[in-house]
Parts: sequence; C-alpha cells; structure tokens
Amino acid sequence: MIEIKELHKSYSMGKSTLHVLKGINFNVAEGEMVAIMGSSGSGKSTLLNILGMLDVANEGTYNLDGKLIKDLDETKAAIYRNKFLGFVFQSFNLISYKTALENVMLPLYYQRISRKERQKSAQKYLEDVGLGPWASHHPNELSGGQKQRVAIARALVSEPKVLLADEPTGALDTKTSYELMDLLQKINEAGKTLLIVTHEQDIANMCKRIVHLRDGLIVEDKKINQVKASQYVE
Amino acid sequence: MWSRDRWQEMFYTLRKNKLRTTLSGFTVALGIFIFVVLFGFGNGLKNSFEQFFVDDSTNSIWLYPGKTEKPYRGYKTKRRIIFKNDDLADIKQNFSFFIDYITPRISRGALVKYAKESNNYTIRAVAPGHQFAEKTMVTDGRYINERDVKEKTKYATIGRLVEKDLFGNKPALGKNINVGGISFKVIGVFKDAGGDNEERLIYIPYTTRQQIEKSNDRVDQIMVAFRPELGYAGAMAFEKKLNTFMRKKHNIAPSDRGGIYVRNVADEFRQTQNIGSVLQWVVFFIGIGTLLAGIIGISNIMVFVVKERTKELGIRKAIGATPKSIVGMILQESVFITAIAGYAGLLAGVGTLALIGDTLKDYFITNPYIDTNEAIGATVILVIFGAIAGYIPARRAAKIKPIIALRDE
Repeated sequence: MIEIKELHKSYSMGKSTLHVLKGINFNVAEGEMVAIMGSSGSGKSTLLNILGMLDVANEGTYNLDGKLIKDLDETKAAIYRNKFLGFVFQSFNLISYKTALENVMLPLYYQRISRKERQKSAQKYLEDVGLGPWASHHPNELSGGQKQRVAIARALVSEPKVLLADEPTGALDTKTSYELMDLLQKINEAGKTLLIVTHEQDIANMCKRIVHLRDGLIVEDKKINQVKASQYVE
Repeated sequence: MWSRDRWQEMFYTLRKNKLRTTLSGFTVALGIFIFVVLFGFGNGLKNSFEQFFVDDSTNSIWLYPGKTEKPYRGYKTKRRIIFKNDDLADIKQNFSFFIDYITPRISRGALVKYAKESNNYTIRAVAPGHQFAEKTMVTDGRYINERDVKEKTKYATIGRLVEKDLFGNKPALGKNINVGGISFKVIGVFKDAGGDNEERLIYIPYTTRQQIEKSNDRVDQIMVAFRPELGYAGAMAFEKKLNTFMRKKHNIAPSDRGGIYVRNVADEFRQTQNIGSVLQWVVFFIGIGTLLAGIIGISNIMVFVVKERTKELGIRKAIGATPKSIVGMILQESVFITAIAGYAGLLAGVGTLALIGDTLKDYFITNPYIDTNEAIGATVILVIFGAIAGYIPARRAAKIKPIIALRDE
C-alpha cells in the first residue's frame, strides 16, 4: 500500500539546514496498523506529513497504492488527499460553526457528491463511530472523545485507502484514549490501513507493528502482539 | 462555480458567522452611504451657487452714475453725474455693432391701491429690453413694448405676488390700479425665478415716468446687453470701450475711480463659474476620499476575515479542498456581501438625500442629489475592490501548507 525508498527531508533555517529525515525505507501493506514512535524532533510528524502529502520530500520515492507521488501541485495534492487519505489530528480540527454531521459531510462536498448522498453516508459513518444521536450537535457541545470520533468519521467518509492519525489520543484522558483505540482497532479489523503517530507506549502496543524513529532514521521496525483495547473498555 | 451546492454552502457559512458577515457588510454599506451623502451635498452646494445667477442674463453691463472724485477740464470734484436719454441714443449709435439691446431703469417706491387693498411696491420704469435682462417671464398679457415707450402709455406689467396681494385670486389683467395717485392699466403679469422680492415689482414705460416727473429726461441706470457672440474677451473689451466713451462724454477723468460705476455680469458670472468648478473639484475629491476610505475599510476587514479563517481553510485543504475552491469560496462570499451591502448603502444614501431635500437650503445646500451612474459606478468600484481585497489574502491562505494552517490557533 505504501512504499518509501531513501526518503530525505531537510529544512533550511537561514544559513544552516536542518536534516530531519535521513533516508527512510519503509513499506506498509494493506490492512496493517502501524504505530510510528519517537521522541519529539525524531522526524515522526514530518514523515506523516509527507505521507499525507501535506509536505514534500527532497529526495526519495513515495508510492501510494501503486501511484508514484511526485511533483504534485497543490490542486493535485488536494485531490489525492481527498481520494486516498483520511486525517485525524491531535486537536480534532473540526469546523466549529458546523454540526457533527456537516463536518463529516464536508469531504464529500469537495468530491461534488449531491447533498442528499452526502447526508446519507455521513449519517451512516457517524452511527458507525457511535455518534448517531449527536449528528446535529456542534463541536463545542461534544466531549473530547466525541470530537475525535467525529473527526474519525470525517476521515473515513471519503473511503480512503489509508487513515493517518497524528497523536489521536494526545488530548484525551486514558479511559477515553482506550475507547478510541478500540474504535480504531475495529476499523482496522474491517480492513482499513492505519498509520498512527504517537509517543505513548501503551497506545503503540495496541497497534500491530511499531516503527521507532530516532534522529531521522528508523532504528527499529518490529511486528508485535497487539494488545486489544476492548479489555479496558467496559 | 455557480452550482446550487456552492451557494448553499456560502449562505450557510454567512448565516453561521453573523458577526463577521454583518461587520464586513456594514463597512461596505457605510462607505457607500457616506459617499452618496457627501457627494450629494457637494452637488447641492453647486446647485446653490448656480441658482444665484438663474434670474439674470449673463450678457449685461450695468452703468451707474455717481459723484466724481477728481477735478477734470475745469469741472470741480464731487460733481454728480446724471444719465439722460441722449446717453441711451449715443450708446446705441456708437456701439450698434456690439449691442443686443439697451434699457434704462428708473426705480421709485410708491403706494399702490386697488379697490380696498393697498401696499408699497417698487416701480421700475424701463424699456422693453429689460425683460431679457432680468429674464422676466410674462405669464399673462404682455410686457412693456416700444409703442408704450413712444406714446408714454400708463400701462403696467405687475409681478405675480402684486396680483396676489391686491387682487386675491382674481385676474388683474385689464384692471386699473392706482400707482402713487396715478391710474395705470395692468397689461401683464409676470413670474421671476429670482424669488419673492423679484415678484413684488411693477414695470412701467420709462418715458411715462419721466413725464410724471415734470417731463425731464433723466434715467437712473443704463443696462447694455452685448451680443453673446462676443464671448468673454470681446465683452471685456466692449466694457472698456463703453466706459471710456461715457467718461469722455461726461467729462470724467479717465483715472477717476468715481463718476461712473460699471458692473459687468459676464465677469461676475465667470468668477462664479470658477467657484463652481472649484466646488466641482471639491466634490470630486470628497468622493474619491470617501471611496478610498471605504476601500481601505473593506481591505482591512477582508484581511481580518481571511486571517480568522486560516485554520478553517487549513482543515478544508487537508480534507480535499483545492486552492482554487478556497479562493473561489472567499471571493464569492466577499463579492456577495459587498454587492448586497453596497446596494443597501446606496438605497439608504439616496433615501437620506431625498429626505433632506431642500431643508438645508439655508446652509447653501439646494436639492442634494447623486447621479445614478455615479452612485452605481461607486458601488461597482467598491465591489471590485472588495473582491481584490478578498482575493489577495485568500490566495495567500490557499497557498499556505495545510500543516501550517492547522497549527494556527
């Protein structure tokens, strides 16, 4: 699903350049659930941004579902993001003046799908994350966990190939975090490929594979026995 | 671009962000409103100045006799100059090429009676040409004519308000009025754009006046109308020649400041026209200034609006909005708001001007108005600049990487 070869990324800060990614080689197969770990400054967020086409690499190749992602202008990147990727952010990033349902509908708006269709599939995905009755609520009327569920529903509604999550539990308490991981595990079990950036070991242990980044290089890449989040959720 | 979905999305966004919508709309509406009102006031000021001259023709030169201030050719100083009929004849003869018409004017006050009504009026004894000099509009009957002058008839053309004062609502034409003890027949009634005072006058033949005053041949003032074809320069030259001629005839030193006073309406009119064009410029700059202030206001609000939405735009981009759709969305919103608010401001401004009407006449603002094309033009300019003002920050926002926009708190 994802193939990365010799990926380099550096930022120039005035005269000096900051080499963030120093040659990453990394493959993700369909249906995997990968945790990307590392301390801050290890380059894990940069990697996720490149995977999410929010940023571009200086060197190396990136294949997504057999497509070479290269020299994208903003318009193409936007279309690819819309089609192939779903994002979940630490700070939820919901549009505050739109209801939960309308937030979930938005990606489909950019796919030019009719309003009725949008409403229908958005409602379905909201129900999938267990928020059917909250469809008409605004983000400020929802708890942190609920907001993140709305964000997940929004990421899934366009039926992307890969779900990218940047510290999805970073703003949540432990109990809510596990509930959310339970949801993500179920989504993975349904066949979706998941990449989760986190610095919390217990969250990483709930994935199927952990990739450790340090100073711009992968120092460890191992498959693990997944800890089921459902055992912590009553 | 104009799909129904897009409009729905826009209306939804506008409705959900009432403060923002109202604020930017208000800025535009206020800008246009102030523009319309100030521009209208400027026009009203111009109207007032133009009105000062509507009731007089602009091709007249008035000659007033006075006292000399210098001795000349054996004549003593402080000699009173008197115009007589032969002055009229001499001017007519010597300047026939320049002259359109010529008329004397002898003004006297008199008690005028009809039946039981009576009042004091100014009686002007004139020649027929006087009608053109004052742009007197005869609404009933006729003005004094050449035959009246020749035969010294006791005919009078009276002002509209004289008729109203003395006759009430009944017509005065053909009735006899008593002017200072002498009976005159009303042969005409007139209107004048110069105001009430100009309509409380009575015109009679100047020869009749002279006969009443012991058959003398004196006249108070002389008005000479030059041919309009002379133009401004020709009129000035003619005025100079006429002045020299009259001074020579009446033995007044050429350097004497007194003796004869000359008032050239053409010259005054030109000066007023100059003031008028200065006013035109003032109005123009007021317009440009308020419009500029409006544009700056809209630009500010647009920059603010886009800045406020940076995060939202980042989210939209992350979930698949293309830069074009971001720019398009902001443009559509800003054009829509400025157009609607601009129109509202326009209506309010025009309404205010209509409401003010002539109530500020005492402050020299007569009938303030704004040309429809100017008003619509100004609104269109504001809408265009609103769009540009929205486009620049929108393009910048669309270019920001979503990851940076998302970080914006």
